[in-house]
Amino acid sequence: MSDTQRPDGAGIPPTPSGGASGAGPTATGALPTERAEAIKAVKLRHPWRIAIAVVLIVLLVLFVLDAAQRKAFGWADVGKYLFDTRISQAALITLELTVYSMIIGIVLGLVLAIMRLSPNPVLKAVAWLYLWVFRGTPVYVQLVFWGLITLIYNTIVIGIPFVHTWATIDITWIPPLFFISVVGLSLNEAAYMAEIVRAGLLSVDPGQEEAAKALGMSWWQTMIRIVIPQSMRIIIPPTGNEVISMLKTTTLVAAVPFTLDLFGRSRDISAETFTPIPLLIVASLWYLFFTSILMIGQYFLEKRFARGTTRGRPVVGEPNDPASAAIMGGAGGVR
Amino acid sequence: MSDASVKSSVPMVDAAGVSKSFGSNEVLKSITLQVQPGEVMCVIGPSGSGKSTFLRCINHLERVDAGRLSVEGELVGYRQKGGKLYELKPSEAALQRRDIGMVFQHFNLFPHMTALENLVEAPIRVKGISRSDAVARGRELLAQVGLADHANHYPAQLSGGQQQRVAIARALAMDPKLMLFDEPTSALDPELVGDVLDVMRGLAESGMTMVVVTHEMGFAREVGDSLVFMDGGVVVEAGTPRDVLSNPQHQRTKAFLSKVL
Ligand SMILES: Nc1ncnc2c1ncn2[C@@H]1O[C@H](COP(=O)(O)OP(=O)(O)OP(=O)(O)O)[C@@H](O)[C@H]1O
Ligand SMILES: [Mg+2]
Repeated sequence: MSDTQRPDGAGIPPTPSGGASGAGPTATGALPTERAEAIKAVKLRHPWRIAIAVVLIVLLVLFVLDAAQRKAFGWADVGKYLFDTRISQAALITLELTVYSMIIGIVLGLVLAIMRLSPNPVLKAVAWLYLWVFRGTPVYVQLVFWGLITLIYNTIVIGIPFVHTWATIDITWIPPLFFISVVGLSLNEAAYMAEIVRAGLLSVDPGQEEAAKALGMSWWQTMIRIVIPQSMRIIIPPTGNEVISMLKTTTLVAAVPFTLDLFGRSRDISAETFTPIPLLIVASLWYLFFTSILMIGQYFLEKRFARGTTRGRPVVGEPNDPASAAIMGGAGGVR
Repeated sequence: MSDASVKSSVPMVDAAGVSKSFGSNEVLKSITLQVQPGEVMCVIGPSGSGKSTFLRCINHLERVDAGRLSVEGELVGYRQKGGKLYELKPSEAALQRRDIGMVFQHFNLFPHMTALENLVEAPIRVKGISRSDAVARGRELLAQVGLADHANHYPAQLSGGQQQRVAIARALAMDPKLMLFDEPTSALDPELVGDVLDVMRGLAESGMTMVVVTHEMGFAREVGDSLVFMDGGVVVEAGTPRDVLSNPQHQRTKAFLSKVL
């Protein structure tokens, strides 16, 4: 579209050769070499923007200068404990909690999502019930529950339920608190992942499944090769958020009670040294470090999974574009 | 170009009283027709007349409610044993489908795979062909549809006409004995239709059995061996394209043709 065809010429100074451009708006011979004169106007000023920015910067500088010399922050202690081996080991445990809980949560979430989409009403109902319970109760409460699990289930009964008992075995194995923490976090996470995965699977054009089916691919092959890879574009961004959120939620394992994670460990140390504030800062710095790395990772994953959808130019009649599909399908029917 | 005159004993598609309802909506009402090996049958009819549904029944994407539908003498979706019909397992239905190629109105290419990857996916996964053989055959087919140098393009980088030709090649990669086309050119800009029809014409000349739902009357007249006009879930009129197009017997056919020709 050339400049001369703009519907609204306001603000555009007349071209030096005004006569030529006025020859007719429909003329195709608008000479491309005759470019309109560049606009030289006094820039609009934004005094309030500048004022607010100045105030904010001044406040920030004041806060930093003040914090740097405040005793209570204990910066010397922050430096001392930041790379303390107890802290870095605890940071590793927090990472392990996050990774294990997310892996189990994603796998279980995928299973739940497929159950919810299955034609079997019982599978559907069970998945719904699971989501209802785990999303409807606080994760903190769930973790306390899992911590008490050995009080609830302490025997294995072999026999016919409610009728006859052959043997009763006491459970002497007490699961490690780390294990209980992972169970509690991942079962809760699965409920949220299920919804994310479900939205992803539903976002894939049904024509894709149909095409795969028509080629003789099995349901399983269709899922693994066609549907799930395409749903990743929808699933990855919120899953990245879930990982970041999980990293922070691990602090709640204190409810189990498991205290070897980053936050639990820094509180234990401060209970001995009476320096709670520096250790809170130490823990926060570690959490910030991890979340920053996760955000960078998420950025690259999103780019990777946009493959085949953003590359190249957009094409009219692209099969996944419902708008153009509808328009063109309609036109085809009228013909 | 008609090989249909050399009638084989077993028709490629044999529909006898095929009926299909969605809830209370009876979409196919006792369809009876045959497609002989090597025949190109074109199906025309107004929107909602059940053309797509009939095609989808042929490769069992939809279940037939009544009547018998068989491909090369083999019942579609069922097994007959002792006068009783048994539904096929999904794996058995998949086995039937892989010999029947289908081309969709909206191409339905896999957008996360390149053109070549689209072509080799099913031969490798479903037929267990080695990757190198599948790739060689895939390149051959891409050349056949005039897209040899687009092997590594993603669908989003191809025009609609190019996408549809890749989709045809993808179906051919399974070496089907029957090809179903559901309005393959309806979603295309007019200037892109010709390339796709040329590929289909070549396929017809090579002796492929084809059932083509289309609004391209020129194609139906030149390439089709037979023409079926469907309306309201029934076959209103069938015959050679020349007869049906230039000398329609039924009022409904006349009304439809007067609108599209
Ligand atoms: N999965 C389905 N569930 C319910 N109704 C359906 C389904 N598929 C098709 N129908 C209905 O069946 C009828 C025939 O549809 P079909 O797609 O076979 O028509 P068509 O002849 O291919 O039309 P078009 O030219 O618009 O593609 C329509 O009324 C449609 O609403
Ligand atoms: Mg249709």
